[in-house]
Formats: sequence, C-alpha cells, structure tokens
Amino acid sequence: MTAGAARTGRWPARGHAGFWAFVVHRISGVALALFLPAHFWALSQAIRGEAALDGFLRWTDRPLVKAAEWVLVVLLAAHLAGGLRLLAIEFLPWYDAQKTFVALGAGFALLVGLAMALNLAG
Amino acid sequence: MKETTLAMSVWRGDAAGGAFRDYRVPARPGQTVLDVVTWIQRHIDPGLSYRYACRVGMCGTCAMTVNGKPRWTCRTLVGTVAPDLRLSVAPLANLPVVKDLACDMTQFFDKWRRAEGRFQAAPGSAADFAVVPPESAARQAADAGIECIGCAVCYAACDVVSWNPAYLGPAALNRAWTLVNDVRDGAQAARLAAVAGDAGCHACHSHQSCREHCPKQLNPTAAIAGLKRLATLAALKGEI
Repeated sequence: MTAGAARTGRWPARGHAGFWAFVVHRISGVALALFLPAHFWALSQAIRGEAALDGFLRWTDRPLVKAAEWVLVVLLAAHLAGGLRLLAIEFLPWYDAQKTFVALGAGFALLVGLAMALNLAG
Repeated sequence: MKETTLAMSVWRGDAAGGAFRDYRVPARPGQTVLDVVTWIQRHIDPGLSYRYACRVGMCGTCAMTVNGKPRWTCRTLVGTVAPDLRLSVAPLANLPVVKDLACDMTQFFDKWRRAEGRFQAAPGSAADFAVVPPESAARQAADAGIECIGCAVCYAACDVVSWNPAYLGPAALNRAWTLVNDVRDGAQAARLAAVAGDAGCHACHSHQSCREHCPKQLNPTAAIAGLKRLATLAALKGEI
C-alpha cells in the first residue's frame, strides 16, 4: 500500500477468494517459520536425556499447549493445501475453477483440523 | 415530484495531493458513472479533469476507481454499483495522478514495451500468407487474451504492482502471452527473457485481482501462469 493510495482512498481491489487464499498462505507460512526453531529446541531435549524430554513432553500435555498444537496443525494443513494450489496454477494447464480450488484447500484444512480435534478429544 | 439525487464524492487534486469533494447530481435511469462525472463538469464545476473518448467500452481511457474498485466508467451503470445512490469516484490506483481523475499512463505503456509487447515478424514470414488454424492451441491461447483495451483496470487492481513498482503488471504480461502464441512472430527468445526477470511473470502472486476486475473478462493470471511455465522450461533447458 503506497502512501498515495491511503491519501486518496484508492485501495487496490481486494476481498475475493484468490486474495484471501494469499493472506492465509502468507500468515500460515510466517507462523510455521517462527515455530520451527521452537520445534528443533523441543527435539534437542532428547540429547539432554530421557528425563529432560519426558519433563518437556508432560508440559505439552497442558490444554493450552494442546490447543496451540491444534492451531499449528491446521496452519500446516492450510499451507500445504495452498502450496499445492499454487503449484497447480503455475505448472498445470489453467482451470477456470479457481474458487473451487480455494474452497478445496480450505476444506482440507478444516478436515485435518476436525480430525485432530477428534484425536485430542478421544 | 421531488427529484432524486446522487450523493457524489469526487477526488480533486494533483500529483501533490488532494481530497474528495461532494456534489449532488440528479439521478437518471440508465445513467453511467461517466455520465455523472460529465454532468458535474458541465453543470457544476468546469475545472473537473478526467479522460474519455469512445464512451462505448472500446478505447480504454475512462477507467477510474468507483466505490473503491477500478472500473470502466462508460459501461458501469450507477444503478448497479450504487443502489444506495452514494458514489465515490477517484483516479486509478498504482498510477501517478495528473489532475483530478486523470492518471499519467506513461509507466503502464512503457511496461508493454519492456515486455516486448509488439509483434516482430519472423524473417521471411512476409513472403507468403501465414496459415494459422483457428482451432490450434496457440491460436486459442492468443484469442483468449487479444481483446485487451489497455484500460489499466487490472494494473490498478494488482497488489504486486503496488508492492513492486517495477513489476510489468497484468496487461503487459497478457500482451506478451498473446504474442508468445503468435506463430508468425520471430522475437520469442528475447520476449521470454524480457518477461522472466525479477519484475516479470514470476513476481505474480496469483491473487487474480486482474481477472476479477477486467471489464473484458480476460484472464491475465492465466496468461502469466502460461509465461511462468514457458520461462521455467526455457530456464531448465538453459535457453534463458
């Protein structure tokens, strides 16, 4: 967004499926990149011995951490589906059903989210 | 009977800045946004600057930002975009303003040139008629993008242009794609190299705002995807 656009009220036209697919892909990508160092740190606890790792894993059993894990898995599913969608746009012949692709990606992320929620509840 | 009026908000200013100014304009059946802007200029404010020529959706000069979205104003009915009779009109985004609603289109058309957007006949091709079967894949691909009127609606709608001012934009890349599919053209390698740079097809995020807003219902995103495939293939083969 340029300063000029803000000044004149001339906003680039947004608010359609393709744009929201981009927003979800970008946010999930940045969140996953931020999570990776934490993930490696967690794995590194194994090097410091069984007790350290078990202690950490018990901490992750807390409901709030479980909820955060769930969010992470949904983000991963959304990012995976979004990435496949982009590869399809760029390397397969064009399909006019682009909004269907966006819906399929969102559906996949929802499916994974619900499956994970069932698993956590079970 | 009391006359119905439109509440108009029109951006007035120049490259240095400006603001919206309010006008009241009589509502008429079948009125286009361009009709309303013209009414303001003829009856209220002769100093209002804007640009148009054909008034029938052919020339591509009258595009403006209407209620926040880029549109061709000569074919946009007020009744369709402003059922509540409130309408804001501003110059197109992503282009420098000359005055009021008129933008400087120089960079837009410079980018067509930079994308090798002109036909360059292959040597010897003028010796005989070229036979281009209408049903051939290349002809169909060119057909899909050939009706562009150069209105810059896609350019104004594009997020990538607003983030990267060097980006060639949907219209120039769509033009390049129609020429890539022209079997009579002899400058394909140079064209592919021109559109495969940092500011070229690979910068596109596939938001598809160009496709959403193109008044001719063209699909520049599909054209850009075609260029991405060709450029990737050419890079793998070591051609560019």
